[in-house]
Amino acid sequence: MGSLFRSEEVALCQLFLQSESAYTCVSELGELGLVQFRDLNPDVNAFQRKFVNEVRRCDEMERKLRYLEREIRRDAIPMQDTGDNPEAPMPREMIDLEANFEKLENELKEVNSNAEALKRNYLELTELRHILKKTQVFFDEEGHLWPWQAEAMYPPNLPPDQAPYFDDDDETINLLTDISLHQLKHIGFVAGVILRERVASFERMLWRACRGNVFLRQAQIEEPLEDPATGEQVYKSVFIIFFQGEQLKLRVKKICEGFRATMYPCPEAPADRREMAMGVKTRLDDLNTVLSQTQDHRHRVLVSAARNLRSWMLKVWKIKAIYHSLNMFNIDTIQNGLIAECWIPVPDLETVQLALRRGTEKSGSLPAILNRLSCVESPPTFHRTNKFTRAFQGLIDSYGVASYREMNPAVYTIITFPFLFAIMFGDLGHGIIMTLFGAWMVWKEKPLSVKKVDSEIWNIFFGGRYIILLMGTFSMYTGIIYNDVFSKSLNLFGSSWHVPFNESTIRDNREIMLDPKQPDQYEGTPYPIGLDPLWQLAANKINFLNSYKMKISIIFGIVHMMFGIILSLWNHRFFNRRLNVLCEFIPQVLFMSCLFVYLTLLVFIKWVNYGAGEDVPLVLTPGCAPSILITFINMVLMKGYEEAKGPNSCSAYMYDGQFYLQRMMVVVAVICVPWMLVAKPYFLYRASKQRAMLGTGGVEGAMEETPSTMPVQPAEDHDMSEILIHQGIHTIEFVLGSVSHTASYLRLWALSLAHAQLSEVLWGMVLRIGLSTAGTTGGFAMYFIFAAWATLTVVILVLMEGLSAFLHTLRLHWVEFQSKFYEGQGYAFVPFSFDSILEANESTVTEAK
Amino acid sequence: MKFCGPKLSLCCTILSVWGIIQLGIMGILFYIKSPAFLEDLFIPENATEPAAYIDAMEKSFSQIALNCWIATALYGGTFVLSGWQMWLNFKK
Repeated sequence: MGSLFRSEEVALCQLFLQSESAYTCVSELGELGLVQFRDLNPDVNAFQRKFVNEVRRCDEMERKLRYLEREIRRDAIPMQDTGDNPEAPMPREMIDLEANFEKLENELKEVNSNAEALKRNYLELTELRHILKKTQVFFDEEGHLWPWQAEAMYPPNLPPDQAPYFDDDDETINLLTDISLHQLKHIGFVAGVILRERVASFERMLWRACRGNVFLRQAQIEEPLEDPATGEQVYKSVFIIFFQGEQLKLRVKKICEGFRATMYPCPEAPADRREMAMGVKTRLDDLNTVLSQTQDHRHRVLVSAARNLRSWMLKVWKIKAIYHSLNMFNIDTIQNGLIAECWIPVPDLETVQLALRRGTEKSGSLPAILNRLSCVESPPTFHRTNKFTRAFQGLIDSYGVASYREMNPAVYTIITFPFLFAIMFGDLGHGIIMTLFGAWMVWKEKPLSVKKVDSEIWNIFFGGRYIILLMGTFSMYTGIIYNDVFSKSLNLFGSSWHVPFNESTIRDNREIMLDPKQPDQYEGTPYPIGLDPLWQLAANKINFLNSYKMKISIIFGIVHMMFGIILSLWNHRFFNRRLNVLCEFIPQVLFMSCLFVYLTLLVFIKWVNYGAGEDVPLVLTPGCAPSILITFINMVLMKGYEEAKGPNSCSAYMYDGQFYLQRMMVVVAVICVPWMLVAKPYFLYRASKQRAMLGTGGVEGAMEETPSTMPVQPAEDHDMSEILIHQGIHTIEFVLGSVSHTASYLRLWALSLAHAQLSEVLWGMVLRIGLSTAGTTGGFAMYFIFAAWATLTVVILVLMEGLSAFLHTLRLHWVEFQSKFYEGQGYAFVPFSFDSILEANESTVTEAK
Repeated sequence: MKFCGPKLSLCCTILSVWGIIQLGIMGILFYIKSPAFLEDLFIPENATEPAAYIDAMEKSFSQIALNCWIATALYGGTFVLSGWQMWLNFKK
């Protein structure tokens, strides 16, 4: 059973595997997920390792599967995710898998290339059909146009220099000057299809290149055609170009090619055209049937592949992961085996042994041998978490993974985090909203975690569902203490204050102070829980709350920090650092107690001693209560006050002998500073000198003292200047830190004030519009205003303010609390586990989509 | 007959549940003249005399209580409508 308070003990183990059983053993370990392999060949690059061939084969299989997946996705075939987890197949099954994938891929490729060829053919035929249909119209028109074609070709009102230039080609001139039917028969034409968006530039190009000597007619094809290469729908136009002479024909053809127009042979005679159209039609029909059959075949192949795709993918991933791990092992050539080094949590050694036995039984070879090693370097940090503690551990780990076997702050964070958050987020209403959200996520945990959502924000919320639930419930508690529900107070038990004044007093005075001394104004017993609801209506509510909240912020802060310092004692004791207890822990506690714990004591003395009432002596009335801030400043400055003149005048001191006690405490605190600064380096210096005198024997003796469970640290190089600098930094950080960190806890007050004020402003600015609308229309206004107010409440007060309070709480934990004891120099234990590998692979696949 | 998407209908249902609860309670509190809402009342400028002031206050309390209940009823209608839409959206 691992402890919550520290990371688990992790042992370095050596593993001798027979080469026949290595694969099955590693596969078993991967299913278990409790072993972290060390790379024993860090200098060997990836291509020189032993199982590089197998890894490459896996990559190839993965590529094929991805290809299949892409095709399946293109056909929108649903992929079955049964959620079962197939075991890693034996190495010999790999060949079957490979052959299977190879066959599938080839089949699919063939089908695809066939389909593409057929489609291209189909496209050509469709285009030809369109050409035949459209050109028929052109020819019909041209039929009676031909005699005037020459005029029709040239825009008549062109200026002379832009007028089409005629080659000295005899034929052309003849055509122009002497049109005869005989010569018209020499007019050739080219028909084809071009992308519609290219038509305009095509026409211009033709006009310019042929100097206007060609005649272009075009018509749009209404329905879109499918481009076989890309599968997109494109719009095209049919064109027909008339020209005369071979030279122009060449030129026109070149331009057509340049514009990627496809040209089709088009017979001149109408009868031929008709015949051709008939032929095209029958061929199209034939093609259609063939195409649909090809599609059916492809679909069948893909559907059958989709059924197994996921399990294949998992298998391939597992094989690849196993070979990847095997690549990290050393090869023992003499005994024909593999040697691995790995980190294993000590409590799990048994389970790992069992898994190894299962692995060897499967392959039927000699058993694997697990051997514990002693090691010099520090092992990885392994915290065993469950679904509840995981999120809290995550908060800590994102600051820094704990050093090996260091005190783990995550345990305390479970309570302190939601509590400090709630101090800043104290509102019963907002707390209820947050609690409901968290509770819903916890309640629907199973269905929600199965449903994979890609939204990162949702995953963050869902990962922290227990934190949100706790933050919500704690906020409800602080909301009751602050007596705030959406900035209104609840009067559940009856206020202890009463207003006994008569009409004239109220009318004549702008402000009336209620006197707690008068029994008819204050009952004498406070409101049972939290703030008295009367404060909501008081003009000096904020003054009162500020003083109260500031004080509790400082008190909680100092308790939190002192707790952190005390935790450092457990660290020192565990790691047997006696010197640190004497030279760090004790002066730190003294320093904090003499200054800041004393400050909180003053707060309590003031709260308990001073007050109003019938029998309170004058010295202890509220008017005489000294300001704690001034007292504290004077204490540090060692300033005295005048003694009270008599028994009935106020005194600046809260108790007898305060001045001397305070002076003593300041002196102690000041002494603590050089103590922290110098003592440790001095003792280290002395110890190293002694060791030098005793020779090496002393060092060995010191080493034997360390407990056997602890890794033996490599002998530190006791460079004095380095130690001095380190200690200096440490001391300055602590002394200055204790002041600034104490002040930093005031953010609890500041954020809480801001939250309360913001929710009051929202009520006053938004909801009041609806409330104070006169007449029954107010009811309908209320309907809309409430929706606006509710939206703003959730967005601004719960989400935004919640986020800001969350971040401030995180900071208080990371900086103010953890700096007192936490090193965070470790590295995480990352076991070889199929689950995490599959998860990582799947997330990269979804990202790539 | 579906005219709201799953998200909109869910959002409206949650909002109307919240509205029914909060506005219903607020209506009761205004009806029993809770002093916590003193600042939210509608009191005309000219009501300076104590009697007129108190009269305006009481009127405002009962008026706002009624308004809250009207809004509650409207949210009740919204709840029925959006709940029905949500049922259409989520039934399978």
